[in-house]
Amino acid sequence: MNVTLTVNGEARSVDVAPNTLLVELLRNHLGLSGTHVGCDTSQCGACTVHMNGASVKSCTMLAAQAAGSEITTIEGIGTPERLHPMQAAFRECHALQCGFCTPGMIMSAIDLVKNSPQLDEAAVRHGLEGNICRCTGYHNIVRAVLTAATEMGSRIS
Amino acid sequence: MNSVMSDPAVKKTGIGASVRRVEDIRFITGRGRYTDDMNQPGQVYAAFLRSPYARARVVSVDDAAALEVDGVLAVLTGRQMAADGLGDLPCGWLVKSKDGTDMRQPPHPPLAAERCNYVGEPYGVVIGTSIAAAREGADAVMTEFEELEAVVSTADATKSVQIYDNVPANRSYQWELGDKAATDAAFARAAHVTKLDITNNRLIPNALEPRAAIGVYERSNESFTIYTTSQNPHLARLVLSAFVKLAPEHKLRIVAPDVGGGFGSKIFIYPEETTVAWASRRIGRPVKWTAERSESFLSDAHGRDHVTHAELALDAQGQFLGLRVKTIANLGAYLSTFASSVPTFLYGTLLAGQYRTPAIHVEVDGVFTNTAPVDAYRGAGRPEATYVVERIVETAARELKIDPMELRRRNFIQPNQFPYQTPVALVYDTGDYEASLNKALERIDYSGFAARKAASAARGLKRGIGFSCYIEACGLAPSKLATALGAGVGLYESGEVRVNPTGSVTVFTGSHSHGQGHETTFAQIVSDRLGVPIENVEVVHGDTGRIEFGLGTYGSRSVAVGGSALMKATDKVIAKGKKIAAYMLESEPDNIDFDTGVFSVRASNRSMTFGEVAFAAYVPSNYPLDELEPGLSEKAFYDPQNFTYPAGTHIAEVEIDPEIGVVKIANFVAVDDFGKVINPMIVEGQVHGGIAQGIGQALLEHGIYDETGQLITGSFMDYCMPRADDLPNFSVDTTVTACTHNPLGVKGCGEAGAIAAPAAIMNAVTDAIGVKDVAMPATPERVWRACRGE
Repeated sequence: MNVTLTVNGEARSVDVAPNTLLVELLRNHLGLSGTHVGCDTSQCGACTVHMNGASVKSCTMLAAQAAGSEITTIEGIGTPERLHPMQAAFRECHALQCGFCTPGMIMSAIDLVKNSPQLDEAAVRHGLEGNICRCTGYHNIVRAVLTAATEMGSRIS
Repeated sequence: MNSVMSDPAVKKTGIGASVRRVEDIRFITGRGRYTDDMNQPGQVYAAFLRSPYARARVVSVDDAAALEVDGVLAVLTGRQMAADGLGDLPCGWLVKSKDGTDMRQPPHPPLAAERCNYVGEPYGVVIGTSIAAAREGADAVMTEFEELEAVVSTADATKSVQIYDNVPANRSYQWELGDKAATDAAFARAAHVTKLDITNNRLIPNALEPRAAIGVYERSNESFTIYTTSQNPHLARLVLSAFVKLAPEHKLRIVAPDVGGGFGSKIFIYPEETTVAWASRRIGRPVKWTAERSESFLSDAHGRDHVTHAELALDAQGQFLGLRVKTIANLGAYLSTFASSVPTFLYGTLLAGQYRTPAIHVEVDGVFTNTAPVDAYRGAGRPEATYVVERIVETAARELKIDPMELRRRNFIQPNQFPYQTPVALVYDTGDYEASLNKALERIDYSGFAARKAASAARGLKRGIGFSCYIEACGLAPSKLATALGAGVGLYESGEVRVNPTGSVTVFTGSHSHGQGHETTFAQIVSDRLGVPIENVEVVHGDTGRIEFGLGTYGSRSVAVGGSALMKATDKVIAKGKKIAAYMLESEPDNIDFDTGVFSVRASNRSMTFGEVAFAAYVPSNYPLDELEPGLSEKAFYDPQNFTYPAGTHIAEVEIDPEIGVVKIANFVAVDDFGKVINPMIVEGQVHGGIAQGIGQALLEHGIYDETGQLITGSFMDYCMPRADDLPNFSVDTTVTACTHNPLGVKGCGEAGAIAAPAAIMNAVTDAIGVKDVAMPATPERVWRACRGE
């Protein structure tokens, strides 16, 4: 079947098998390998992308369900020269080690901050509960999200 | 030549600076390159046939229906692999039993041929043109098994049905260390004996990137390239060549690109990576496999799983007289690559802890069960040792009504006693245990604890504090000793510093980074030493085709061993540079100083930059060609004289709601002595991650098999991984005694948190409730029951 959607601002039209997952479309058909797969039960969040501005786990929806939508992946939010404030904060705060959970973590964190005019440590920890990181112990991730949130205009309490 | 100023920017990125990581840019922009991100032209896919039984005989494998599935190319089994002459997966450390006999090691074929011995053990593989085709084919294979009685319990393994014909009592070895007679004598004169029965719960490593591999066979020169998630690609090459007989080493290239965490689980040579390489030769196309998480749970080597009885003898003044430990260590169904060494040489040797205990005797039964192989997981033996020592010391303090800090202080090895020979083989080179203890007590505000406990009690909550004064042995070494004790590999590391004609530097290391940040830390070392800006230093790792040799990254060894190898290579570069500069500046090498990128003639204004010397080495127009080869590239192997001994104090303060059994971590302090630190930011991050895994072990994680050997914690829905809202912020600090025997003075920091934290948490939990022990993980149910006195 054919799926037409916008990915990182570009209109894309892709022929896929009906059972293709959104993450498979992104990784295997469009070569956007920044979105990762870390589990098979929708638990780890490494596959998180934005659909129409809200974070979704791309391993848990069919590509067909994303037809007509706007998808943003880690590749679409910033470049090495112009990092998104969340990307910059992750680096500055040493919020990543192996980097595997990082794309999903950053996409979830951006969604969390955008929807939280006010944030504190507990709210960040609760908000990132759907993303597993095995390396950092989350301490620096929480710090990075609060740092970026300030930059992005949230109030930190 | 003109006099030049040294580059002040180098100082800001040198040894000791919290340089932001070089590797981060690709990871935060989605440009990392992990194994599953790679694809090869013509590639096909593997789906493994895995045993649904913990113990079974493979009666027959019927592939007829599978071969009918559209896109299925082949069904390959263990019998075909054996017929092709592939050898078994070896265990790299020969442990001897106390009676002098060698450990018993059942054959471990990459694909089981006759019998399967744990749920998830691969006995075949289906190759398809798509992942879906391969999986559909795997579902269509009809295998007849004869199910056999399985052995699951660690404690009962020696008394259960015998799994292997030549392994009586399912015991691989009965190992001992220490002076039994002296220990017995110490107990005979003890004023007090504290006894403790504890288990160290089985853990499943769960690096977030599942294992993956692509095998590529090149027919033209009969060579293989394997892209894989490995912590030590050269070791994989050695094993696949020398033992599995896949191909000779010069026909085998292993590439471990970006690897998404390891924690030990990616050290080992596994069936699946081996199989895709073999299959690529059979099929004539590249074969790719990426584990699903459920496969990771079943087939990654697990960690820990000890059952221990320990006894501590004390005199009337609270001086430790002797420690007696008996442990049953579950090895799983087969001996994984380093499995035998973990509950022996990496465990028994650490039982002195930070203390002067004069007599120690430890006996370890390494037992087989029908469960996934157990091998090194972050800390590997040392968390288990720390758990025994720090739980029993805390228990003794409670029994004797001595402040647990005071009891530890009475028994600490003192700073003036180093080098210190323990009764369990190790010689600690340096340390100051009281310094880190004092700093940690200050950080947690120990004097305010009683008031905080009272305030909690007023709210109906139980507050507890727990200490863990740990020591670890890192940078496993030296090769001579380790090989004498049974190690099958050397324990050195290699490094190469290749200065390019324009003065930039390519650094090759046999260490491997899978989250540790070597591309930054190692660049800092070389940049600092050579005075070359850090952005002009590139660190290459993880490719046997580019790096001469290496033993990879495990056991917190990378900077202590790999970094020291780079120091040696860098010193050779400087020495050669001095000869070149001396010739060009018309002086003698002994008269040349090198500092921050500048070679200068002592007491003169004549100097050359490092870049000028590099260029001269490659364009040797004015150059001593009679005495010196062109080029500026040096290699070194570094074999340490001893382990390094990071140590410190971790303190946990917890608050428990007895009504619901939830343990809240009110504060967690870690003060570690890692020797000198190259990048404090990275070190702190390593400590955080280790603590998180230690807290995970103490409160959340548990790999559980039911009595038939089915893994019932086989997904992230059942196995409780620490998440952001399970953990607190950590209060982390360091003290420094420099390692005395490596050129950087470093000790290693990767495992400290996972080693120290479980004992700190469990000492706090038991302190809060007022019980002797709660089994890890201290889940709300267990804590609730303990609070009710059940």
